[in-house]
Amino acid sequence: MRKLLKYLKAYKRESVLAPLFKMLEACFELLVPLVMARIIDVGIKGQDTSGILGMGGILVLLGAVGLACSLTAQYFSARAASGFGTAVRSDLFRHINSLSYREIDTVGTSTLITRMTSDINQVQSGVNLVLRLFLRSPFIVFGAMVMAFTVNIRAAMLFVVTIPLLSVVVFGVLLISMPLYKKVQKQLDRVLLTTRENLLGARVVRAFNRQNDEMEKFDGENDLLVRSQIFVGKISALMNPVTYLIVNGATIALVWTGAWQVDSGILTQGEVVALVNYMSQILVELVKLANLIITISKSLACANRISAVFDMEGSIRETDPKGSVTRGGESPEIPKVQFSHLHFAYAGAKEEALSDIDFAAMSGQTIGIIGGTGSGKSTLINLIPRFYDATKGAVFIDGKDVREYPLAQLRGMIGVVPQKAVLFEGTLRENMLWGKSDATDGEIEKALETAQALQFVKEKEQGLELPIEQGGKNLSGGQRQRLTIARALVRRPGILILDDSASALDFATDAALRRAIHEDTGGMTVFLVSQRASAVKSADRILVLDDGQMVGFGTHNELFDTCPVYREICLSQLSEKEVRAYA
Amino acid sequence: MLKKNKASEQLLKYGSTIKRILEYIGNYRWWVLLSLVLAAVTVASTLYAPILTGDAVDRIIAPGNVDFAQIGRILRRMGIVIAITCVSQWLMNHINNRITYQVVKDIRTKAFGHLEILPLRYVDSHPSGDVISRIISDIDQFSEGLLMGFTQLFTGIITILGTIGFMFAINPVIAVVVVCVTPLSLLAAGYIARKTYAMFQKQSETRGELTSLVDEMLGNLKVVQAFGHEREAQERFDEINERLGVYSLRATFFSSVTNPATRFVNSLVYASVGIVGALAAVRGLLSVGQLSVFLSYANQYTKPFNEISGVVTELQNALASAARVFELIDEEPLLPDAADAVDLGKADGSVAMDHVYFSYTRENPLIEDFNLDVKPGQRIALVGPTGCGKSTVINLLMRFYDVDSGAVRVDGNDIRNVTRRSLRANYGMVLQETWLKSGTIRENIAYGRPDAAEDEVIRAAKAAHAHSFIRRMPDGYDTVISEDGGNLSQGQKQLLCIARVMLCLPPMLILDEATSSIDTRTEIRVQEAFARMMEGRTSFIVAHRLSTIREADRILVMRDGHIVEQGRHEELLARGGFYAQLYRSQFAPTAGS
Repeated sequence: MRKLLKYLKAYKRESVLAPLFKMLEACFELLVPLVMARIIDVGIKGQDTSGILGMGGILVLLGAVGLACSLTAQYFSARAASGFGTAVRSDLFRHINSLSYREIDTVGTSTLITRMTSDINQVQSGVNLVLRLFLRSPFIVFGAMVMAFTVNIRAAMLFVVTIPLLSVVVFGVLLISMPLYKKVQKQLDRVLLTTRENLLGARVVRAFNRQNDEMEKFDGENDLLVRSQIFVGKISALMNPVTYLIVNGATIALVWTGAWQVDSGILTQGEVVALVNYMSQILVELVKLANLIITISKSLACANRISAVFDMEGSIRETDPKGSVTRGGESPEIPKVQFSHLHFAYAGAKEEALSDIDFAAMSGQTIGIIGGTGSGKSTLINLIPRFYDATKGAVFIDGKDVREYPLAQLRGMIGVVPQKAVLFEGTLRENMLWGKSDATDGEIEKALETAQALQFVKEKEQGLELPIEQGGKNLSGGQRQRLTIARALVRRPGILILDDSASALDFATDAALRRAIHEDTGGMTVFLVSQRASAVKSADRILVLDDGQMVGFGTHNELFDTCPVYREICLSQLSEKEVRAYA
Repeated sequence: MLKKNKASEQLLKYGSTIKRILEYIGNYRWWVLLSLVLAAVTVASTLYAPILTGDAVDRIIAPGNVDFAQIGRILRRMGIVIAITCVSQWLMNHINNRITYQVVKDIRTKAFGHLEILPLRYVDSHPSGDVISRIISDIDQFSEGLLMGFTQLFTGIITILGTIGFMFAINPVIAVVVVCVTPLSLLAAGYIARKTYAMFQKQSETRGELTSLVDEMLGNLKVVQAFGHEREAQERFDEINERLGVYSLRATFFSSVTNPATRFVNSLVYASVGIVGALAAVRGLLSVGQLSVFLSYANQYTKPFNEISGVVTELQNALASAARVFELIDEEPLLPDAADAVDLGKADGSVAMDHVYFSYTRENPLIEDFNLDVKPGQRIALVGPTGCGKSTVINLLMRFYDVDSGAVRVDGNDIRNVTRRSLRANYGMVLQETWLKSGTIRENIAYGRPDAAEDEVIRAAKAAHAHSFIRRMPDGYDTVISEDGGNLSQGQKQLLCIARVMLCLPPMLILDEATSSIDTRTEIRVQEAFARMMEGRTSFIVAHRLSTIREADRILVMRDGHIVEQGRHEELLARGGFYAQLYRSQFAPTAGS
């Protein structure tokens, strides 16, 4: 939370003035019973009609001034809260953008989105509430006690006893019931789980004739839920009656003490009425305070979660973010991309995802990467644009360690086509400009052509102005995939990475695409990840991964004869005759 | 006119929903009655307490003029009244909780039970999130509204009526003052609420805009970074964020005006009661004690009004939620098994489809005049492009859906004349979506036969090549699988599904091969497990692997709901038709560069 407080600093004035005006309002409210006492003691007793009207006028005035103060307070706190929220949001967004894949993996994007949206909203309204109310309620509670002291010390002692007693009950009930409510929520989650499971598994449940058992199980969970709900309800139901008992018990004592004091001339009748009024004010404010504390504790939890994101630091460090490094030599002898005895483990993982990867890709070569799911294919290519840093060993581009390049320069040299074909809301042109912000229409069209997308784009009337919905929902999977490929090609990168990016394409398009990439991008070094042997077969070199180990590197023919894993993969997809026929 | 119709329609819908809710509540009518009585007692005694206080104050007049005997008696009575209030209030709260949660439980159980007898057509055509939210959050919303209705609506109304009654009994003039001035606070609150609504609308619109941007950019953070798009994203974000800041300032401020405004009106009420009351007291029409009663009433009187307006919105939401739940409960359930349906027993495994017609929607005929004759023990591979009707055939075989016309027969029996239970017990099914329930691995394997002995479970696991990986799990067969098998790999899940069928070993099998590739080793195990299971059993396989297709006794090549070709692999290849074309595009290597 402390971390976030600095965002309030810009609103120092507002943060001080808001509670201040709120307290002023409370002061005026506290004066009301005293004025009322004067009406009774002076006005009624003295038959003073004009005095009564005067006092009444004061009451109205107190109300009006109170209104003015409180509006001022609300305004300042709203300003502080919304300004605070805006600033935190902007900084958090910037910060999240600077996190690297490693942190994103650990936290998960959905969590980050929650932090960014509902958590910040919650904190913002927490700030607003605190500024407005947090001082007011305690102030009125203690103010009432202090006012009681000014009226009569004996009677005020009753307040001294009542307030702690009430607090114990109010906060005690809250403290006990809060964890119980959490339990109820957990049980509700279990009910939800059972429901979900039965919906998703409807076929299996019916295939195995288990409907009745599932219903019994649901009844059990549901029963537990109701029982815990009723239990916690029983406890929270205590709050109102018990506090009522205490306050009214105190009122009885107050009247009795008051009676003796009046009898001996220490108190007046009006003052007794004032004391009774103060007593009833306390309860209302304590309950408000208790509810406020619940809200604040929720906001605090959110604030802590946000701070935790701020505490996370991007693990990728740039040597010199602003500068630019002269690339290593681009002579044909120096490999374009080289992995040198590289090891990599994901954060928190016990085992390495990649171990001892060592190979070189020469300029203009196409490197096929094949292996089962989880064998480390995507991990390997993510190390080239430095989305992750190697745990041991290094990746070199043009003979230079990737860690020596500024990130912008490094990533600018590489075109990445991710596995999931993601497009963004906007026009087709805007999406293409992601690849190169100053690309001309000609460049874009060229890229679309290579990616086999020009034709379907031309068929749509809007051309490059084609609006694209969020996630590219208005396009088919294959179209989306081709556009993501085009997006990467727009910048004519020296290195092109295709991470299983042709899975949604039909056979003919896939082949045309590979041919086009090969022809149009002459000098480009291409990394082509796939699960299909047919897709990588014609690559210059094929890298075979199995469980993070590099078990083969060579051409199709070499590997088919020497690498058992590759052979196994090929044979599970093609017949031996077919493998040979095209080899 | 149109508007009016719509409104009355709405009302009608509300009416029927309320009627049904009352039916559910009706089971607890004595409790409801008790709750109402307790509410009346609570309110009456709550309102009576200030009167007693006032009485006592009236007996404390001046030094030497204090009636201690009377005061003592009044205070004792007050003690009793307070005790009654406490007890009845607690009991009322408790009973309300009970009624609400029981009613909710009844509805939820009913809704879930209905889920199990709904046709799969419903389950397939409704997003699961929607159905879940009806059973979970809608019912939750409903329970909240119901509880609030019970505790606040009724007591609120009684309190208002009671207060007015008591006030008129003490002094009609002041009562009139209070009754006339208080609506001001409601008017003020209503006016502000209307004004604020527009601001909130703007705020939530902008918030939505921002969330959607955040969703897009953070959801695809990796792409954003890969293209170095961070700066542009930040610029767009800040632009929306600034706008949001302005709207949220306005919305926050205007909404927080309500409280001070109503408080101000309350203090006006208080002041007028003070003035009018004091003037009356001067003329001897009112005692000081009675004035204090009025003051305390004036403070309390407005509260239920504010609460009730909150309750009404809550109740509206609750009704809407309840209507959505009832909609689910009203869905037409499955036709029960025919009265004379026979138990199929253990089938020998011959399956026939006779001139079967079927479609999911009337407009799109899918399966037309489908004929098939399978002898016991035959292996049938279903092949075809996505959407050609392969999984529909499974739906019909298992009677997840009924045919539109024609018939599916097992052992010569029309499956509509057989109990569903006995039909399905004859099939072992392994689908591509590997569904596992949360629970231990043992429970999952024994899903089809919960009474299976330990060694049977292990034998099934061994046969499915799952035993070795299960043994390596932290708690072996007692390892708890999280929801949907989150802690298992896709291949492991599939092996467990196979083990599940292995334990029952029914005479007929339905297998759907996985399209998403699992790692090569597991894949080979899955294939072996499949092969072992199929020995001597009639099997239907939705096939994606070449080897499966090659070994099938018959390949059904499907296209647009028709069997376009059937026969063995070599025959079909030789024919050079659709199958040959399909085969070349899916399995043959590319001719590329």
